[in-house]
Amino acid sequence: MRASLPFLLALQVVAASSLALAQAPDVSVPKTVEAGAAFSIQCAGNGKATLFIVGPGQVLKQDVQLGESAAFPAGSLYNAGWYTAIVTSTSGTQSASFDVLPQSKPSDVSFLARPSRLPVGIHNAITGAVYVFDSYRNLISAPEEVQFDLSNPAGAVEKKSVTTHDGAAWTEMDSTAQQGSDKFAVHAGSVSSERIVAQVPGDPCGLKMSAKPDGQRIQLTTEPVRDCNGNAVPDGTIVTFTENFRGTQSTVDVPLKRGIAEVQMPAHPGATISVASGVVMGNQIGWQ
Amino acid sequence: MNKGRLLACVLGAVTLALIVVGTIWPAASAAAYGGASSMLRASSTPEAAVENLGDEIQGREWQKAYDSLANKAQFSESDFEHDLTGTYPSLLTYSSLGSFDVRPLRSSGTDADVQLKLRWATVVGPSASTRQLHVVKNGDRWQAEWPITKQPTVPPQVIPVNYLRWDVIYRGPGDDWGAQDVEAPHVRIVDMHPVERAEGVVVLGELLNEDVVPAYVSVSATLLSKDKTPIATEGSFDKISHLLLPKQVTPFFIKFPNTSLSDVGSIRMDPSSSLIAASADPVIEISDQQLHPAPDASLTGQLSNQSGQVVNVAHVIGTFYDKGGQVVWVADQYVDHALLPQTPVPFQIHIPEDLAKNISSQRTVIATYTAKGAQ
Repeated sequence: MRASLPFLLALQVVAASSLALAQAPDVSVPKTVEAGAAFSIQCAGNGKATLFIVGPGQVLKQDVQLGESAAFPAGSLYNAGWYTAIVTSTSGTQSASFDVLPQSKPSDVSFLARPSRLPVGIHNAITGAVYVFDSYRNLISAPEEVQFDLSNPAGAVEKKSVTTHDGAAWTEMDSTAQQGSDKFAVHAGSVSSERIVAQVPGDPCGLKMSAKPDGQRIQLTTEPVRDCNGNAVPDGTIVTFTENFRGTQSTVDVPLKRGIAEVQMPAHPGATISVASGVVMGNQIGWQ
Repeated sequence: MNKGRLLACVLGAVTLALIVVGTIWPAASAAAYGGASSMLRASSTPEAAVENLGDEIQGREWQKAYDSLANKAQFSESDFEHDLTGTYPSLLTYSSLGSFDVRPLRSSGTDADVQLKLRWATVVGPSASTRQLHVVKNGDRWQAEWPITKQPTVPPQVIPVNYLRWDVIYRGPGDDWGAQDVEAPHVRIVDMHPVERAEGVVVLGELLNEDVVPAYVSVSATLLSKDKTPIATEGSFDKISHLLLPKQVTPFFIKFPNTSLSDVGSIRMDPSSSLIAASADPVIEISDQQLHPAPDASLTGQLSNQSGQVVNVAHVIGTFYDKGGQVVWVADQYVDHALLPQTPVPFQIHIPEDLAKNISSQRTVIATYTAKGAQ
């Protein structure tokens, strides 16, 4: 409520300025001001007056001597947008408008990277969007060159340069063939931001098991389980062993441990044993 | 106004009178439940003896029930109680005997066979078990012989396990707003099939966790009419294994009572998943699975806990396929006893008789619950 009082006052002044008197003092403002930069406003005439500057989220009030320039130090206006300067004195009210523009040098970026985890080897599956801001968190709407880098643990880097449009830029990247935590970074000027994108193995490929007798049971062991790019499928992944024998079935869901899955199942001569993981089928063994 | 007051007074007086009557001359069953007296009848027939035993089990009067048995020298009272409620915490531990049926099978002047069907009320629904009791005549009264099944116990030991465990750190308040949270697991419906049943429409299917992290999953479905307006939305509730480890598949079963498939134009499926801290332990072997045709169509088998911890509740969910590999039914059963390490426990899942002839293969999954500190 307290913050809105000067704004209401300024609005009243703006309303009054529409009824500006013919003899009101002239106001000379710069066409544009960079956010945070020092600037001055020239008020022609004689005597004392009050200068208001009204803009997005900011109102300044200053007593000025007409005929002299009113100087505002650096950091006075920092929100980018359209501002109105209003000079009011006993002889009348006059106003002029100017723009406060974002600084040209990027100082901060907001970087959105999706997803944070995905299988290897997928085309255009990683998206990155960046918003470029100046030091006052104004969106820099002028075109700006930004660079996206996706680097894997082996050091290979995929780069893409994109020019921002209205303060934003986005890109799509391929997930690499190698699993690991990739660094997805964006650079705008001297500013950068980084996200981690976990690239995980895909479905098991060429799932194969072997069997050997172990007393009254069969010891079933898979070969190290890998995806089609040769990445080791992570421990904990479920491998299902199924044994069919004379109309009965035995199944065990076994998590991979140290890259392989192993289990003991009943040894029935003539039984057929198969292995699968998710929707991927492995080999089949006939136990004699 | 006067009539209203009169009615209120009459109702109050009647209520008061009923309370007094119920307190002074309680029903036998109410008095028994209240512990004031037993509702037992004289054991002058084999059926009466078994009914008395059923009443005592229902009242959890283990000592009285044990004392009434003819073969109590063969086992202890503790064995008897554990036979009914389990040695380790399980579904039966937290259940009560809702009702029981007694059915005479054979009788002579000195002995008889009686079937006792126990209907337990458990936290996941009713669970029935049947015991065949031999009843003998001692003097002028009949006594039941309890067919004891001694519950297995695990000898004290240390079983090393080193299965993988996943923990999750979620996005915190100090993170930049653009920093992404940990990605929810990617799950996929690999099969879905609506079935028309007498009680309504049932949506069956299978869900795959195609990610490398464990997922807590659920599935809901919305039936849409031919003009795309929603008819009803239902979830799978407990007819699904909610915890899916990487590459694990669960069936789901969604029931829409009082709906007809002819009214349905399309079905909108909504699988959801979230990250969950989980362990790859325990591993349960499902052995000797066998499909039995009608009548009494069922899938039977045995569960064997290959890990070191006691599984307190096991939920067996069976997916049944036709010759073409399409899901034709999903059924489940909760195992009422705890699964001890390396100790097989049988299960039986009933299949609707009319569907049994279409079933040519099946796949069974287990969802387990372990109470912390239960062992």
